[in-house]
Amino acid sequence: MNHWPFVAAAYGVTIIGTIAIVWASFAAMRRSEAQADALTRDRA
Amino acid sequence: MHIFANPARFLSIARPLTPWLGWSGALMVLGALAAGLFVTPADYLQGESVRIIYVHVPAAWLGMAGWTGIAVASFMQLVWRHPLASVAARAVAVPGALFTAICLISGAIWGRPTWGTWWEWDGRLTSMLILFFLYLAYIALASAGSERGSNDRVSAIFGVVGAINIPIIHYSVLWWRTLHQGQSITMSGSTIDGSILWPLPISALGFSLLFAAVVLMRMRALLATAKVEARLKRMSAE
Repeated sequence: MNHWPFVAAAYGVTIIGTIAIVWASFAAMRRSEAQADALTRDRA
Repeated sequence: MHIFANPARFLSIARPLTPWLGWSGALMVLGALAAGLFVTPADYLQGESVRIIYVHVPAAWLGMAGWTGIAVASFMQLVWRHPLASVAARAVAVPGALFTAICLISGAIWGRPTWGTWWEWDGRLTSMLILFFLYLAYIALASAGSERGSNDRVSAIFGVVGAINIPIIHYSVLWWRTLHQGQSITMSGSTIDGSILWPLPISALGFSLLFAAVVLMRMRALLATAKVEARLKRMSAE
């Protein structure tokens, strides 16, 4: 049995999952902090 | 620990720390995975599929470490009512669930060529699957708690009680000797040959740094959202 497709699938799942959580967390942080900053500017 | 419980002090540390953790973690992961794919030799028994340990073991470690983090933060929330403890526990939940899922999926992918099966109701596999369900339940509870605007004590108690599964996962390979192999790495050494083992600690550390960066980003997002909600509430009351 060729093991390389299994290795590629395991690495693929891990890399895609890791990139997805980093990207989603970064986007959520930027969006929330921008809203907070905008509100602070509006009050100033 | 108590001095970091102040959100303003936490943010002054978290803002510069987040990119350092993220970039250093990403570089370590890339280096370790490249070494695991192209430098280390195949195992004499498992063949090429042994390379899956460089993603499977860090994912298992982060799944368990994530819930340990939730339990510690929940305990701090219940005992000292730290304002950041609940935020930290909620920030850990989604990445913890993701890495537990990656552990289960990569383990199943490794199991097919090695054991001849994708899944078996073995002690280690089953206790890890329970951890994944605990994460899902915690995420649902914490989400419902934050919508109600309560102190979220229910999810904190669940976070502490759910930690009972962590030693069960750890000792499952000793208590139920079924399919999953015993502990390969212990305090006294490793049964894995050094030529295969060396990228594993680099990969585990790299993924841990990335995990920490993700938790900091999610905590910053939760704190900013709470700030916006509090300000909007004040403005509507004025």
